[in-house]
Amino acid sequence: MIATAAARAKRGFRVPLALLLPALLGLVFLVLPLVALLIRAPWSAMPSQLSSAAVWSALRLSLVCATSATAVSLVLGVPLAWLLARTEFPGRRLIRALVTLPLVLPPVVGGVALLLALGRNGIVGRWLDSAFGITLPFTTAGVVVAEAFVAMPFLVISVEGALRAADPRYEEAAATLGASRLTAFRRVTLPMIAPGVGAGAVLAWARALGEFGATITFAGNFPGTTQTMPLAVYLAMETDPEAAIALSLVLLAVSIAVLVGLRDRWMS
Amino acid sequence: MTTTRSRTAAASLAVLALAVGLTACSSSKSSMSSTSAASASSASTSSAPKVTGTITVFAASSLTGTFTDLGKAFEAANPGSTVKFNFGGSSALAQSIVSGAPADVFAAASPATMKTVTDAKDNASTPKNFVSNTLEIAVPKGNPKNLTSLQSLAAPGVKVALCATQVPCGSAAQSALTAAGVKLTPVTLEQDVKSALTKVELGEVDASIVYQTDVKADGGKVDGVDFPEAAKAVNEYPIADLAKAPNAAGAAAFIAYVESAQGQQVLAAAGFKAP
Repeated sequence: MIATAAARAKRGFRVPLALLLPALLGLVFLVLPLVALLIRAPWSAMPSQLSSAAVWSALRLSLVCATSATAVSLVLGVPLAWLLARTEFPGRRLIRALVTLPLVLPPVVGGVALLLALGRNGIVGRWLDSAFGITLPFTTAGVVVAEAFVAMPFLVISVEGALRAADPRYEEAAATLGASRLTAFRRVTLPMIAPGVGAGAVLAWARALGEFGATITFAGNFPGTTQTMPLAVYLAMETDPEAAIALSLVLLAVSIAVLVGLRDRWMS
Repeated sequence: MTTTRSRTAAASLAVLALAVGLTACSSSKSSMSSTSAASASSASTSSAPKVTGTITVFAASSLTGTFTDLGKAFEAANPGSTVKFNFGGSSALAQSIVSGAPADVFAAASPATMKTVTDAKDNASTPKNFVSNTLEIAVPKGNPKNLTSLQSLAAPGVKVALCATQVPCGSAAQSALTAAGVKLTPVTLEQDVKSALTKVELGEVDASIVYQTDVKADGGKVDGVDFPEAAKAVNEYPIADLAKAPNAAGAAAFIAYVESAQGQQVLAAAGFKAP
């Protein structure tokens, strides 16, 4: 009896070959390049490759900029998501499409657009320069701007989804009890959607960490100031593939550590 | 029962492993056979005076304008031929050739980048220098900061974009700066000469050190400032056909065209000098 039940249970889990084969091929396709990176890694030369100050300054810059870009995205993106999810206004669908545009826009195009907007001769950047003496290109702040531009839509989408799933009646109940809309948002809505905000923040952080196109176009490439890990990998690949592999492994390790550490907590 | 099932699972895994292995093998085989077929067909046409088929040319980004023109003229002179270009930083191009990118001709902006290819024995013939190029300071139209020398680039408040030293324009700029005894902190190290020039064109930097030909090709959107130390950093441009060229006859014909009187005339008109 028990044996047949167990067999039946197993049969229930049996995967049809027609699904198993493409699934395994898909897995191989996604994992194989990473395996190649591990196999071709210059393990014996790794310590000397990674002990260079340039690597650590690029890694530190990457972490600082990705975290700052995530902070910027949280401060601006959560209210934006709330606006999109909880209010009705004409042109809301168009605004939503525009907000998510950087998701599909090639990052290099984003970098060009940022230059034309915030560069020294850009439509806003010109004024920033003349009035405050602030120029964003070629500065670390410029890297944060470029990364936030491509990463914020991930946060907005996650938070908006969480807001749509959360029941607005709790906020209405808070309002009937005398809470202002801002208080209701802070004390009721925000705790309800915390997992969504966390998931969005992790996604935005990961996207910012890997950002390349917008960064090199808008912020340029200078070690210690704007050269993040992806830029360092790209330029190392021009002359020293071994160094590029070593740098890639570091970025890979950091990314996996973050995803494994945070995914189960925030994205179930 | 269970053993049969696990056997099926093991068998399906083995099949999968085989399938992956086979696809890998067959794809490499098919690319090899198509390569040999292409070279065979090009060999048969090489007895005829005109070459046909697609010729893939990897060329330094500073050659973008001239080589595009040369390609069109070559296609007109050789009906049935198509010249496809991949322009980019010489170092990146050299790396992709060494990694097996299917190319017929490589034209580099420096002997050092060509050496990457010859070291890997990926060249079919000995590289020949076909032009040389001199550096110039590119400044926004009208030279608003009045920059007249390499020394003036090091003044405080002057933003300079250089090429990264990994690419030829960057290493040439570095030797010119060293020759002038100028220590300079640029705001950015660009990945190729065109992007360094674009930063000047957009007005994001006050100056960049690029090739004379790039300033000329920009059609008056930037101004060029000559400096004496440029003579100590002249870049030679080598060209070679590649060992794994799918169209070997086409490669030889294109190189001959670049070196011909017409080819040299187009290059000289763009500001390139004789090697």
